[in-house]
Amino acid sequence: MNPALAPPAQNPAVPGASRPGISTPGGPGPVFTSNPQLNDKGELLHLLSLDGLPKHILLHILDTAHSFVGVTDREVKKLPLLRGKSVFNLFFENSTRTRTTFEIAAKRLSADVINLNINTSSTSKGETLLDTVDNLSAMHADMFIVRHASSGAPHLIARHVASHLHVINAGDGRHAHPTQGLLDLYTIRHYKKEFTNLSVAIVGDLLHSRVARSLINGLTTLGVPDVRAIGPKTLMPAGVEKLGVHVFNDMKKGLAGCDVVVMLRLQNERMKGPLLPSAQEFFLSYGLTPEKLALAKPDAIVMHPGPMNRGVEIDSAVADGPRSVILPQVTFGIAVRMAVMSILAGN
Amino acid sequence: MTATALLPDAEALCAELLRQLRPRVGPDTGMVGIVTGGAWLAERLHRELGLATPLGTLDVSYYRDDFERTGLKKQVRPSQIPFDVQGRPILLVDDVLYTGRTVRAAMNELFDYGRPASIDLAVLVDRGGRELPIAARYTGGEFQVPAGKVLMLERAQTGGALALRLADQRRSREGATPA
Repeated sequence: MNPALAPPAQNPAVPGASRPGISTPGGPGPVFTSNPQLNDKGELLHLLSLDGLPKHILLHILDTAHSFVGVTDREVKKLPLLRGKSVFNLFFENSTRTRTTFEIAAKRLSADVINLNINTSSTSKGETLLDTVDNLSAMHADMFIVRHASSGAPHLIARHVASHLHVINAGDGRHAHPTQGLLDLYTIRHYKKEFTNLSVAIVGDLLHSRVARSLINGLTTLGVPDVRAIGPKTLMPAGVEKLGVHVFNDMKKGLAGCDVVVMLRLQNERMKGPLLPSAQEFFLSYGLTPEKLALAKPDAIVMHPGPMNRGVEIDSAVADGPRSVILPQVTFGIAVRMAVMSILAGN
Repeated sequence: MTATALLPDAEALCAELLRQLRPRVGPDTGMVGIVTGGAWLAERLHRELGLATPLGTLDVSYYRDDFERTGLKKQVRPSQIPFDVQGRPILLVDDVLYTGRTVRAAMNELFDYGRPASIDLAVLVDRGGRELPIAARYTGGEFQVPAGKVLMLERAQTGGALALRLADQRRSREGATPA
């Protein structure tokens, strides 16, 4: 099995993962059985990955998000659901957009938000991940939003914290980015209404993409019959077919007749070694141009998780064109993150 | 003999409510029904009274004070207030008035849309048991609900006839859910 696809149970690359004799303030944490995200009644305690989440939970999140969309049209753009709660943004890896949308979502729910940029803080002084978490728990945190370069770091934190604390994965290594997957699902449902008759093409650097992994899990659970993975062999994770996708190395064949095109960012910063000849060559083969988009259905929508590399994976004419729903994705992301936080806080 | 036989007739209570409301509502009145029973009743009242201002609905799930005990309910419907609340007389409509906590939540939510000129409350049934200083100005009738039961409004799929029903109280994680 490809290590990129393996469930990240205990990743020794995470600092503090091998620390023995962990004691949790406020008593022992919950006893996890098969899926650490769910409690024994099958309710969502943490959002770590879309893998293994049942359909009814995904739909509950999307429906709840829908009920939040109108809040921004009101005189007071806030709901009192998380009033008095402290939400900690723990970003061990930079991301302005994701952190900001989580912050806005928490504030719309009346929570207090504390942003921690850990890169410049305690870990650089040698503190382990779990010590950092223990210290923040002692400050009476209610929810942790975690982004980490190592796959499995949010799992580790979720298994460690006291049972009243909730953890949301905001992107871990190559593993998962569940709220991005959910906002992609929300966007697809918003424009296409149904999942069960769709062809969805995911294009580009799937190898390094946690977004792609989360989206593929969600699409399969919701019954999308045709999910296509398009990209060069060097950027395609081995065994990706096992997730239930059809692999295409020729973008023109892969785009034919599809309803949704999801472009992925070429993750130059994650690339080790010569996976690609050049960005220009990549654009020729796998960049989304108006000509290539014409092969999809006439009403196909174009999505991108951002940040975009214009002229590398997507042409400006497409990114700014009438079929692009890239900016609505960002707006829906706030409602989706509000939904996840309010469902977790109530469980 | 069943408890249902003793229940008041919802249609008769509705007629009584209409009789009280008719001389008191004006063209400016913004009617708001609380999901779900209150919204069904409000639909009926709104139509019968021929109000000019479109009907609003509130789902107060996000404003309840028992969120921490009961969690988020499954099907939350978006609240829809299709008129400007600012400076308008509001008529809040619910099916059963009990602890008053739902009405408290509804008033808090209304104020997030603007500052109404006034808020009045119309309910089909007052079952007593108030835990907050809240009273209805218009009441279809009163009814004593047996312990451990909840009173619910139902609407027929065809024809839309309203009927009351007694059900066993749903238990939340740490006790009863207040109406």
